[in-house]
Parts: sequence; C-alpha cells; structure tokens
Amino acid sequence: MGKIWRVSGPLVIADDMKGAQVYEVVEIGEEGLVGEIVGLEGTKAIIQAHEDTLGLKVGEVVRGMGRVLSAELGPGLVGSIYDGLQKSLLTLGENIGPFIKRGAKASALPRNKKWQFTPKVKAGDAVSQGDIIGTVPETNLVEHRIMVPLGIKGKIKEIRQGDYTVEEPVAWVEYNGEVKELTLMQEWPVRKPRPYKQRSDPSGLLTTGMRILDYMFPLALGGKASIPGGFGTGKTVALQQLARWAQTHLNIYVGCGERGNEMADVLSSFRELKDPNTGRLLQEKEIFIANTSNMPVVAREASIFVGITMAEYFRDMGYDILLVADSTSRWAEAMREMSGRLEEMPGEEGFPSYMGSRLSSFYERAGMVKCLGSPEREGSVTVAGAVSPPGADFSEPVTQNTLRIIDALYALDVSLANKRHFPAISWLTSYSLYVDAVKDWWNEHDPGWEHTRAGALRILQQEAELEEIVRLVGPEALPEGDKLLLLTARMIREDFLQQSAYNEVDTYCAPAKAGLMLKTIMKFYELTQEMLNSGAGMESIRSSAMVYRISRMKDIPNEDFEQKVKELWSEMEQSLVTGKRVP
Amino acid sequence: MDFSSLYVKEGRAISKAKGALLIAESIPGIQFNEMVDVRLGNGEVKSGQAIDISEDATIVEVFGGVSEVDLVGSTIRCKGETLKLPVSNDILGRIFNGMGEPIDGGPRLIPEDYLDINGEPMNPALREPPAEFIETGISAIDGLNALVRGQKLPIFSGSGLPHNRIVAQVIRQATVKGKEERFALVFAAIGISYDDASFFMRDLERTGALERTVAFINTASDPVIERISTPRLALTAAEYLAWKQHMHVLVILTDMTNYCEALRELSSMREEIPSRRGYPGYMYTDLATMYERAGRISGKEGSVTIMPILTMPDDDITHPIPDLTGYITEGQIVLSRNLERKGIYPPIDVFLSLSRMMKEGIGPGKTREDHNNVFMQSYAAYAEGCYLREISTIIGAEALGERDKIYLTAADEFERRFISQGESEKRTVENTLDTAWGLFSALPEEDLKLIKEDFIKKYLPKYRK
Ligand SMILES: Nc1ncnc2c1ncn2[C@@H]1O[C@H](COP(=O)(O)OP(=O)(O)O)[C@@H](O)[C@H]1O
Ligand SMILES: [Mg+2]
Repeated sequence: MGKIWRVSGPLVIADDMKGAQVYEVVEIGEEGLVGEIVGLEGTKAIIQAHEDTLGLKVGEVVRGMGRVLSAELGPGLVGSIYDGLQKSLLTLGENIGPFIKRGAKASALPRNKKWQFTPKVKAGDAVSQGDIIGTVPETNLVEHRIMVPLGIKGKIKEIRQGDYTVEEPVAWVEYNGEVKELTLMQEWPVRKPRPYKQRSDPSGLLTTGMRILDYMFPLALGGKASIPGGFGTGKTVALQQLARWAQTHLNIYVGCGERGNEMADVLSSFRELKDPNTGRLLQEKEIFIANTSNMPVVAREASIFVGITMAEYFRDMGYDILLVADSTSRWAEAMREMSGRLEEMPGEEGFPSYMGSRLSSFYERAGMVKCLGSPEREGSVTVAGAVSPPGADFSEPVTQNTLRIIDALYALDVSLANKRHFPAISWLTSYSLYVDAVKDWWNEHDPGWEHTRAGALRILQQEAELEEIVRLVGPEALPEGDKLLLLTARMIREDFLQQSAYNEVDTYCAPAKAGLMLKTIMKFYELTQEMLNSGAGMESIRSSAMVYRISRMKDIPNEDFEQKVKELWSEMEQSLVTGKRVP
Repeated sequence: MDFSSLYVKEGRAISKAKGALLIAESIPGIQFNEMVDVRLGNGEVKSGQAIDISEDATIVEVFGGVSEVDLVGSTIRCKGETLKLPVSNDILGRIFNGMGEPIDGGPRLIPEDYLDINGEPMNPALREPPAEFIETGISAIDGLNALVRGQKLPIFSGSGLPHNRIVAQVIRQATVKGKEERFALVFAAIGISYDDASFFMRDLERTGALERTVAFINTASDPVIERISTPRLALTAAEYLAWKQHMHVLVILTDMTNYCEALRELSSMREEIPSRRGYPGYMYTDLATMYERAGRISGKEGSVTIMPILTMPDDDITHPIPDLTGYITEGQIVLSRNLERKGIYPPIDVFLSLSRMMKEGIGPGKTREDHNNVFMQSYAAYAEGCYLREISTIIGAEALGERDKIYLTAADEFERRFISQGESEKRTVENTLDTAWGLFSALPEEDLKLIKEDFIKKYLPKYRK
C-alpha cells in the first residue's frame, strides 16, 4: 500500500509502491478512484487516473489491486450500457442518480440474476481451453456459449443443468488430481488480444444496408474500415446505421469522447427499432459503451480496449461481430493528454510517438479466425472507426496513421454534407480493398455485380472530369451524349447513392434491392443512349416520366421490390424504346 | 463569494513566481484544484487554485497574476474547497461578476447550497433525448435548423455581424407550443465590450425578461482569468434552476472566443505543449465538459439549452475555436458576411448551418407532417440554384438553359423571401413552411422528388384553393 506523492490532472504519482507492476490496477485515495500504473521509478509508481482527481490530497492511500485492467465476460453483457471502465451505467443510475460521482462502483455483470444453463458436454468428457461446455439463452437473438477459460484443461468431473448466477459454479474440471470450478463468467485483460487457432483473410460481405457500402465500397467480415470527416459530415450517423443494420450476430457501439445526447438518441432508437431479418428489437444484439466527452479523459483510452475485448469474446463463440468506435480521434487525444503530463517527447501535433502503434494494436484485433476449442467454428470481428480531423484536414496525424492500417476508407466530404447529400461518402476518394474478398458472395447473389459497379463508378468519374468543362462553358454547350452522361451520373448520385438514415423504408436497403436499383439506372442509360442515336433530343429524355419514376424507387419496400422493378423495366422498354408515353 | 467560514488551513511562504504561477512549499492537506487566497506582502489578497500538488511543492495559479516582488512575506490560505457557487431561488433577477459575486447592489444571497462550478457528468444512459421543438420565429432556424430543448446550438459569427441582434430576437420570441411552464434565462458575458453587454441587459429589461434572468458579467476590462470561471458559474446556476427548480433554462454564453483566448493564455503560462495554433490540446475536452451540461434527464422536469456565441477569427470556420466547438455542439448556426453585404437579415448561411437534433423535434404533432420533406427539398433546390449562380458568374446567366434559369431565380427568391425577415417579425412554423411552398411553386412539379406525393397535393399552393 502506497500513498499519493503528487497530483497533476489525471497524472498521479504514488510513493512506497514497491512490488507494484506496470499496468497494475490501483485504487487511489479514500474514494478508491480507478487508476492504472503506467511506469515505475524506484519506489514511485506513475499512475494514470481513469476518474477525476479533483480534491485528492498528498498522502492519501494508493492500493495496488494485484491485477491488470480486465473485462468481465459472461451472460448479462448483451443490451448493457457501460462506461469506459465497464461499469454498468444503469446500475450507477439506480445507485447514485443521474449524475456520475467518481469512485462509484458498479459491476459489469449482474450478480443476482439467474441464467438458464444447458450443458453441451457430460461428466467424463475431456475438455480444454475454448471448448463450449454449454449455452445460456441470453436474449432472443444471442445464444451465449460458455467456453472453458484459457489455460484450463482436464476431465469434466461434474456439470450441472439449471439456473445459475454468473458466480455459481456450473462445472468442475479435474486435471492431475486438481479440481477447478467453472462459472458462467470469466475475466480477460483488456490490453491483451484473445488467442485463436488460426487467422484467415476477411471474406464474405458484411451486409450493412447502406448502398454505397454494400454495392460500391464493400466491407468484408473481419475487415477494418475508417470513416474520417469534419464535424457534421455524418460520421456518427454512419456508425449508428452500421450498428443498427449490419447483418451480424452482435454489434458493439463504442461512444468514445462524443456527445451525451447522441448516446441518448442511439439508446432510445435501439429500444424501438427492429432487426429487418428477425423482427426482434435491436438492443437484443447490441452492447453499448458510452464514455462521453465530459467523462474522464483517460477512461477513453480504456473504453476502446474494453469494447474490442468483448468483441473477441463473442467472436470466440463462433459469431460475426461488428464494433464501431466514435471517435478514435478522441481516444488519441486522451493519449496525447496523458503523454503531455508525463512530459514524454511529443511527436507530430503533440501526439506521442507510439500513437500509431497503439492505433494498430486496436485495429489489428479485427479479423476472421478459426476459434480455439471444439466444436470447430469460425468467428470474426469487423471494426469501423470514426476519425475527426481538425479543420476536416486529412493530412493530420490521426487520419494518416489510421490510413496506414485500414483497408476500407469511407471519406466524408464537407461539401456534400453542406448540400445535404447523405451519406456524404465521397465516391471519388473512398475505396475498399475487399472487393475481391466479397466477389464470391456477390456473384452468388447478383452475378452482374462487378460489371454494374464498375460501369457506375466510371460514369461518376467521367462526370467529375466533365464538371470542369461545365464550369468553363456551361452545361448547355456540351454535346448531347455528355449531357446524357451528366443526367445519368446525377441519377446515380441522387437516386442511388443518396440514402436518408431517417427515411423509414430507405434506412435499410437489402443488397438485392440495391443491385436492382443501380441496374435500373444503367438500363435507363443504355436505352436513352439508343434514343439519342436514333435522333431523339435530350429534352424528351429529361422530361420522360421514367426519370421521375426512377427517383421514387427508394420508397419501394424491400419486399415488393423485385415485382415493382419488373413493372418499371417493362414500362421503360416501352416508353423509352418506342418513345410512347406510358400513362 | 463568501468563504470565511470555510477557511481551514493557513500558511507556507512562497518560494517562486512565474507569471500566474506560484511555486510554494508543499502544503499538507491541500486538495488538487483547491481554491486558495494568496496574501501578498503588500497586504493585497488574490484568489488562486492549486493545479499541481506534491510532497515537494504546491503550484498555485493566481487569478490576475503575480510578480516576484510581491513574494516577500506572502502567504497562502487554503479554503478547503474547490470553486463553488452559492445558490438559492433568489438568484433569478440578479447580476454577478465572473467570480460569482453580486454586482447589482442588491441584497446578500442566503445560500441554500454551494455547488461545485465544474458540475458532474450526466449519466448518458439516463438522458432523455431532446425532442421538444422551440419556435424561435426565425425561418432559417425553425424551418431548416430547428432548435430543441436540451440542445446546445452555437452561433458562429464574425466581427461586425449581427449575432447579438439575432440572439436577442431568439430570446424575445422563443416559445414552446402549448406549454405553460417555468422558464428562465441565464446570461453570461465573457470578455465582451461593455456596450455589447448593456445591449443585452437593456433588451432584457425592456421586455421584462430580466426578472427571469441570472446574469454573469465579465466585460473586456475585467480580469481575463475570470473568463475561465464565468461560463461555469452560469452553467451551475442553470443546472440548479433546471434540476432543483424544474425550470426550462436557456443559457446564452457570449463570446466563447474570448473564453478560448483566456484558456490559451493560461496554458502558455503553464508552459504546456500547445496543440494547433497555440491552443491547448485539451481544449476539446474543456469545452465539452461545459457544453455537455445541456440536456434533459429522463423522469425529470426541466432542461438546459445552451446557445453560445462565438466569433470566428478571420471568418475562418476551420480555426480551432469554431472547429472544436462544432465537434462538440449539436450543430451550429453560421452567419455569412456575403448575405450581410446583400442586406439580408438574419444573414444565416444555411449550408454551413446544421441542427443535429432537428429530426427529433419536427414532424406531425410537433411542427407539421411535411416539415422534413420541405427541409430536404429546400436544401436541394437552393443548392442547385447556388451552384448555377457560381457557374453563371463565368459564363453568364443567358448561357443557361430554361430549367437552370428557374433555379437561379429560385435561389435569389429563397434568400429574399425565406431567409430574410424582419427583426421583430415572428413567423410561426406553419408560416415558415408555407413560405417555402410558395417558392416551390416556381419549380417544375416533377422536380419535387424529395416530397411525398400526398404532401404535394395537400400543400402546393396550386392545389390548395
Ligand atoms: N445518412 C444520413 N441521412 C440523413 N441525414 C444524415 C445522414 N448522415 C448525416 N446526416 C445529417 O448530418 C448531421 C450530422 O451527422 P453526424 O453523423 O452527427 O456528423 P458527425 O458525427 O460527422 O459530426 C446529422 O444530424 C443529420 O442531420
Ligand atoms: Mg459525430
């Protein structure tokens, strides 16, 4: 047990700390504020305090807890709302009211709740780490698979069926005469990646329901993506949309140093919205971490690791998990804050030189893996992180370091956002290196995908080039063919890429619908090109009822789409080919 | 503020001074961030705060600064407290300085409680999403960037632009439909000119709003260091009125640029490593801990809505002050020098402006069913018109096609009839939406792609008869 020697913001130095370890968790002062040792100098320990240090005094006690910062893993995670240190915010609310008092404690998993445990192995079976010994129906959407914790193996001596709390033993494992109790809960140090059998490349589409992602710049299961953009360009809405609609087993939303009202908004929407495929409430497959900008800065650092640890734990059950982090810039700023207090040598813009490696130690925990233990299973963690570049200038260090790590970039464009083109993802600068990884998936669902996608991207590229000419000579001076190309590009932008998160129907677009929508526009282009060739003028094309009909495709529900589009196509063929107007 | 009863410790000579910082011997029992009184050799007493404490030394930041000469024979007295604001129901109608001391010559307050001016973070899981539409009577705000209770929505202005007049208009006109509730205003002047401060105070007095107002005044001639505490005092008063007295509180903070300059000054005195343009790296968090005090709490009456004003240095929205603010607040109302030059009041740049909480506050039962569609269509049409305006400056308007000319005119009309309005003109939200519909009449009907067909049939003037 040591005592406080110095306090300077989130930096606390404690003396008499012999025997303490780097990264050991400590409790500071009478209130027991949570801190982590980040360095040792003689008998002094350098501590980063995860809670507000206001009012601490020199000489107050500092207690080493003999463990590193860990997450509790077990039934009760799904649907929970945690702060950056995995304290349950609802429990805190019940105990101390609507304002957070430092030092207040609340465990991550409820201790008194009983879970219905069904064994999957029996007495006498040999088990080892990662083996699934039973299941708990945690929510209607998530079956919690109870795994043998790392480092344990032996023969099942006894295993029980029935209702248990997370702390009651459900199984006993014997090895060399030593018996270990297994409970529904385990712990894992958050800064250490959870092991797996083997890593594979990201593959298969992570269906998001967002057309510009799924169709144009797809994200693969196990992939890593970044969404940089100035304020108000749509980072948060994009991540919220991903967390809502991504067709995964479970999503984790980490609000790191961002707004409280936004958190309130996202929480309430998850209590109302239903998953498009199962019809169940979204919160049955979601975990929230809310460490808002006014909560202690250093805990932002922890929040990201707590989140990714939970993601890996569910991955190990054989699930596909998506983790979104809003915003990794605030996380990096927490690092900078601590580094400044420690008087470390500052790197670019004051960020510590290890910022890049810390960022990649987070993103590298994404991936698709063969899980440890039996039965054989594969799981994945996909990560999407927002970046908030100062002045929307992507040359700054956090964006640049992130770009070196990720394989899909959704670059948000301020000028698109100003015009209220949402999602304001630039089709000219965004990219996905997962096009090959999802090719098989798309070919199975929509054989023409590669062709249609490439064709549409080409038109958008040509539009950008023509745009410069238009600015010099005006739109009317262009040849008819170019005018038609501009019209088509506009339709791709407005009637396909634009997608309102707030439109009841359009908020989630099934990939099949997305494919048909774009094909319809490309078909329109094909037919109208023929019209031009046979002497029709641009005016008749612009005023065609089809332009309007196509713009309304978004409103057609996912279910009716195939039928409705067939009708549209036959009308299109009639009116555009024959020139006849369809009433 | 009166702390005499709270004094607990006295002592220790001061060994070194550096600008605003005093390095004293270690003071046993002093708390991190505790308030202290520094009694200088000449008898003068200054306030300070312990910003770094250790067994070796105590570093005190002195409000107002000190010099080496004053050190001889000076002492530090601990107050045993971090900075607190005495509160009671009687603060309404009162005027305080940037340290929370009454400056209106009124009676002494009998405090019901002393509240830490830093507040405590609201538990995000217990927040109620803001959703009540505040009608300001200004079309560019209500129609396109609606404000709701519990939101923090700043005005990004430039020097010489009419932000004060706009905010005064908002204060005069803001109402929430069909509600008879307790409403209060908290006004903080931060380093603004005496004239600007008295402009607001006079307007409040003229309209009788002063009795429902608590004001904290730090003008340009008052101590810079008190600009750090002024907005925090205001927000503490606001929280007290909202959460203890169940009132709906609107907080006006002006000018937050002066706050940020004070923060930069302090940071450089502390010799901290600066981030962009000399502002401290923690400015985001520092501003966030204030602005996040806006909100609603589930199950509680009352709300805190914050409308800060800031002037963008050089009209540059990427400058760290507006930039970090925009990353924290729930949108921004941006004023444009261009529109101002065209004689348009209020000169609100609707492209750069944004209200992130708008969608929750509008729609059937709140404003009108067509609100969201009108909002989207207005943006699309105005954006098109402005784009064509840009092109036509090079090629001339004559070179545009017929359809394009319509949009060009529509953009001008939009500025003249929708954005522009009188300083005492209070438009209902229906009126605002109908004004937009009037402008849509000039557009080809099939171009109204962002509006539901039923709404077109219901609200487009030609079908309305
Ligand atoms: N997909 C979208 N659909 C509709 N509106 C959007 C969409 N994305 C962003 N917006 C609008 O832009 C605003 C800002 O988006 P947000 O995600 O909060 O920005 P950021 O997190 O980048 O600051 C939102 O409040 C909303 O009005
Ligand atoms: Mg955001």
